[in-house]
Amino acid sequence: MSFDVIDFLESLFKLTVADYLRQVFGVPEWIIDVVQIFILATFLLLNVLILIWLERKLISRFQDRIGPNRVGGRYGLLQSVADALKMLTKEFITPSGADRIAYNLAPFIIVVSALLMWAVIPFAPGVVGTDLNVGLFYILAVSSISVVALLLAGWGSNNKYALLGAFRSVAQLVSYEVPMVLALLIPIMLAGSMSLQRIVYAQEVWYILVVPLSAIIFLISALAELGRTPFDLLEAESEIVAGYHIEYSGMKWGMFMMSEFINAFFMSALFTTIYLGGWRGPGAVEYPLLGLVYFSIKTFLILFVLIWIRGTFPRVRIDQLLNFNWKFLVPITLVLIMAVALIVKLLPDDVSSWVLAAVLFMANLAIGLGALEIFRRSAHRQRQAVEAARNPGTAPVAGTSPEAHSAPASAH
Amino acid sequence: MLSDWQFILLFSVIALVFPGAPILIAQLINPKKPNPIKQSTYECGVETVGDTWIQFKVQYYIFALVFVVFDVEAVFLFPIAAAFNQLALFAVMEIILFVVILLVALGYVWRKGALEWF
Repeated sequence: MSFDVIDFLESLFKLTVADYLRQVFGVPEWIIDVVQIFILATFLLLNVLILIWLERKLISRFQDRIGPNRVGGRYGLLQSVADALKMLTKEFITPSGADRIAYNLAPFIIVVSALLMWAVIPFAPGVVGTDLNVGLFYILAVSSISVVALLLAGWGSNNKYALLGAFRSVAQLVSYEVPMVLALLIPIMLAGSMSLQRIVYAQEVWYILVVPLSAIIFLISALAELGRTPFDLLEAESEIVAGYHIEYSGMKWGMFMMSEFINAFFMSALFTTIYLGGWRGPGAVEYPLLGLVYFSIKTFLILFVLIWIRGTFPRVRIDQLLNFNWKFLVPITLVLIMAVALIVKLLPDDVSSWVLAAVLFMANLAIGLGALEIFRRSAHRQRQAVEAARNPGTAPVAGTSPEAHSAPASAH
Repeated sequence: MLSDWQFILLFSVIALVFPGAPILIAQLINPKKPNPIKQSTYECGVETVGDTWIQFKVQYYIFALVFVVFDVEAVFLFPIAAAFNQLALFAVMEIILFVVILLVALGYVWRKGALEWF
C-alpha cells in the first residue's frame, strides 16, 4: 500500500492512525508506542497550564472576584505560561544538610507516577495506551508510589516541619486509599473484569446510576488522595506552612504542583471511565472521534465539580479527617460490598440491566440513608451526654429538646 | 499479555524525560548564588533547635498498620470481584464471612482506641 493523503486523513478521523502507519510503512510497534507516549505526556503537561488557569478563574468567580485578567488578553489566558517562565528562572535553594539523593529524587518520582497512570485510560473505542487486564489494579498500585515520593521529600528536606507534614500527608493518603480501593471493587464486580476498556463496554447503564453510593465514596476518597479541599490540610499555608515541600523552590516545586494537577485530572478521568461510562454516548462506536469528545466533556465536568467543591467547603482537621475515614467510610464501604454482592447473585441471570440498575440504586440509597441515620443518632446521643455533663440539673429525657426545659424555668 | 507491559516499560523510561527537561532547563538558566542565610532551614524566622530527625508519634505507625490489614483484605477481594460473574451463590456467603471477620477486626481496633489521633 502506498501513502495516500485521503486515507491518512480518514484514519486520523477514525483514530486508527497507528494501524494505518503500520500497514503503509511497516513501522515497528515500539516506535508507534514511543510516539503515542510522547503525544500523551506532552498533552498532559500542556493541559496542566490550562487547568491552572481554569482553576484560578473558577475559584475567583466562586469568591466573587475576577481572577487573572492582565496577561494575554481580557481573560488572562497566558497567565500560567508567565508563571511557568517565572518558575524556570528561580534559584534552586537547597537547604543545608539536606539529604541530596532523597531531596532531588522526590520531584522526579512524583511526576513519573502521576504520568504512568495514564497508560491504561481508554479515550475512545480502540484508543487506549495498553489495555491491561489488571488495569484498575495497576492504577491503584502506581498511585501509591507518590506516597513514597512524599516521604522522600519530607525526609530529605532537613526540616522538622517538612517531616511532620510528610508524616501527616502519608497518614491521610494511606488512610483514604482503603475506601477508594474497596469502592472500586464494586464496578469490578458488576463488569466482571479489572480492565478499564471492558468496564466501559459493560456500562449499558452508567454505573453512577447503578451504584451511586460507591461513586460518592470514590469521589470523597479521591478528593482526599489528591490533597484537595476539604482535605488540603497538608499544603495549606496557614497550617504547617507548606508541608512536605517547604524547602523546594523554582521548578522542583513546580513539579509538585504539576503532579497535583495531573493527578486531579487523572481522578476526573478515572471517575468518568468507571462511573460515567467513559467514552460512551450516542454514536461513539461508529465515530471514535465522538467518543473522544464525550470523554473530554465528562472529564472536564467532573473537574469542574472538584474545583466547585474546593471553592465551597472549609478545611477539615486531621483528627476529624481520620475519624471520618475509619469510622464512617470504611464500614459503609464494606457493608456496601456485601450488599451489592448479595443482590447481584440473588437476582436471576437474565434480568435486564435496567432492572438490576434500579434494584441496586434502591439498595444504595437505603444503605446510604441508613448509615447517615445511624451516625446522626449516635452524634445526637453524644451531644446529649455533653449537655448533661455541662448542666447537671437538667437531666435530658429522650426525645425532648432543651427548650422544653428552659421555658418553664423562665415562666417563674 | 506480556507485550501489554512493554508499553508500560517504554512509558516509565520516557516519563523520566518529562520532569527531567524542565528541571534541566531551569538548572541552566537560573541564578546560582548560595549563601548560608538563604540555605538555613525554614522555621518561620526562628533558629531551629536540636536534631531535625525527631522521633515520630506512634499514632502514625498504628494508622499504617491498620492500613496494611485493610489493604491486604482488599488485595484478597480483588480476584473474587474480577471472577464474580462465574461464581455461585455460595461464594457470596464466603465473601460475606470474610468481610464480616474484617469488620469485627475494625470494631476491635476502634474499641481499643487505636483510631484516636491523640
